[in-house]
Amino acid sequence: MTLETAGFWVVAVVLLASSLAVVLTPNLFHAVLYLAAALVATGVVFLLLDSPFLFAVQLLLYAVGVMAIVVFAIMLTERLVGERITQTSRHLVNGGVVAAGVFIGIAGFLIRVPRSLPRAPLVGDATPALGRALVGPFALTLELLGVLLVVALLGALYFARADE
Amino acid sequence: MSLTAYLTLAALVFAIGLFGVLTRRNAIGILLGIELMFNAVNINLVAFARFHGDLLGLVFTLFTIAITVAEVAVGLAIVIVIFRVRRTVEADRLDLLRG
Repeated sequence: MTLETAGFWVVAVVLLASSLAVVLTPNLFHAVLYLAAALVATGVVFLLLDSPFLFAVQLLLYAVGVMAIVVFAIMLTERLVGERITQTSRHLVNGGVVAAGVFIGIAGFLIRVPRSLPRAPLVGDATPALGRALVGPFALTLELLGVLLVVALLGALYFARADE
Repeated sequence: MSLTAYLTLAALVFAIGLFGVLTRRNAIGILLGIELMFNAVNINLVAFARFHGDLLGLVFTLFTIAITVAEVAVGLAIVIVIFRVRRTVEADRLDLLRG
């Protein structure tokens, strides 16, 4: 068993367990913490796939940025009512059937993937190439993404502003 | 590990996220499920990029991550506004737009 195989199984178990905890735990705040664990585990999957830069982006943007926003939102809404938000689930069986159906549908495609598809050989570090792509052919897309982020954050500020 | 292993892991996470979206009553809980589904898609993109030796998948993953952050910010702002107006974030009781 290579290091990558062992790492994959450990990360897979952590990722699946924390994902299940996100959708099943009754405490909303705990669900957010489990989501943080799932996001970090996803970052480690990126690391296993030789993408250290995406691992860093995942940690910085997702695990820290998104978590901060979500925790703020929960704190704000809890302050407003002055009571704990517990979350309940409904239609557990129906939801489970639909989710299982979707997974089986995807699995139908997965079994057609050739089993022994080799990894493409690693040509140096992907990060410099990624940077060149972002300022080269994808420069316009990157700028548009910046505009989108600014607009989204301004919109969020406008929505959540205090009433005059 | 083979490509199939990564894709299966992503499909499982996607199904779990979908389950959360379908069964949660709380709007924030639904958003968390959507986050899980986004993550599964990102795993797929990176896995395909790595196994085909194509950089495009990584670039696309960067863009999806950034777009997701924007989506979360707007979504949670909407949740906070709904909370101010209706005093609840239960998706079942948010039927203002029902005709």
